Amino acid sequence: MNASVVVFPGSNCDRDVLHALGKIAGIPAAPVWHKDSVLPEGTDLVVLPGGFSYGDYLRCGAMAARSPIIRAVREHAPRGGLVLGICNGFQVLTEAGLLPGALLANSNLEFICSPCLLRVERSDTPFTNAYPEGALVQFPIAHHEGLYFLPKEELEKLEDNRQVVFRYAAANGEAGAAYSPNGSLNGIAGIVNLRGNVLGLMPHPERASEKLLGGTDGLGMWNSIKSWLEGGAR
Amino acid sequence: MKFRARVLVSLKEGVLDTQGKAVLVSLKNLGFDVVDEVRIGKSIEIVLSADSMAEAEQKVESMCEALLVNPLIETGRTSLEAIG
Repeated sequence: MNASVVVFPGSNCDRDVLHALGKIAGIPAAPVWHKDSVLPEGTDLVVLPGGFSYGDYLRCGAMAARSPIIRAVREHAPRGGLVLGICNGFQVLTEAGLLPGALLANSNLEFICSPCLLRVERSDTPFTNAYPEGALVQFPIAHHEGLYFLPKEELEKLEDNRQVVFRYAAANGEAGAAYSPNGSLNGIAGIVNLRGNVLGLMPHPERASEKLLGGTDGLGMWNSIKSWLEGGAR
Repeated sequence: MKFRARVLVSLKEGVLDTQGKAVLVSLKNLGFDVVDEVRIGKSIEIVLSADSMAEAEQKVESMCEALLVNPLIETGRTSLEAIG
C-alpha cells in the first residue's frame, strides 16, 4: 500500500497530506515532483494537494492539469488506481477532465477560511466507506474559488449518477445550496467520477486529522482508503 | 511570417462573474447609475510564427482548445494580424 503526493510549484498542503497519511494513518507516502512523467512503482493512491499551483495563473489548476505527472495520473485512473484531489487538487482534476465541472470564484467574492459541516452522501466509495451514510463531519475550507459549477442538465446527471459524495450541511443534518459557504451549486463540496475511484473535494480532511488541529473527522477518509486498499472494503 | 493573435476570453452567459459583480457595485457607488451589467474577461496576446494567416489561425485555435479556454465556462474569440 503506497501513496504518492504530487508537488506542483505553489502546492502548500503537500506536507500536511504526507504527514496525515504517513504519520497518522500509517499509509506509506512519498512526494512526487510535477515534472516526473511516471508515478513511483506500486503507487495505489495519488493525492493532488491544496495550494496555488502555478500561482493560479490563467485559471486555478489549468497549468497543473497539463503537467507531465498528470499524464501519468491519467493512466493510473483507468487502471482503477485511486486519485484524491483536495482543494486546488480538485480544481486540477476538473481542469484535467478527470472530474466533471469547474470551480468558480466564491459568490461572496471573499477568500473563505473556516470550519465547515459536511454531509457524507455516500459510504460506498474507497474514500468514505468508514463513515456511515448521512454522517456529518467537520473539515475546514480555505479557498477563493470553490463554487462548484456545472450546466443544469449535466448537474442533474451528476446527481442521478450519485456522484456527489460531500455536501455542505447544517448541524441538523440538512444539506444543500442554502448551506454552501461559497455559493456552490446544490451545496456540492466533493464529487467522484462514475467509477468511484477519483474523488475531488474543496474541504481539507488532512487539516482535520489530529486533535491538536481541532478535530479528527478527517481520519475516516484515511481509514477508508486504508481498508479499501487492504481489500477489506471492496 | 510573424503574426500577433489576440484571444478575448469571456465567461459564458449564465456563469457567475464575481469580478464583474464587484466592479458593477463599485461603479454604482461612484455614481454611474447608468450601468446595468459588467462582465470581465481576459485578453491574451500571442506572437507566433506561421506560413500563412490560415495556419496561424489554426494554431491559435489549437492553443485555445489545449489550454487557453475552458469550454465549460468560457468562450474565446481570436483576432489576428500579420506583423511581418
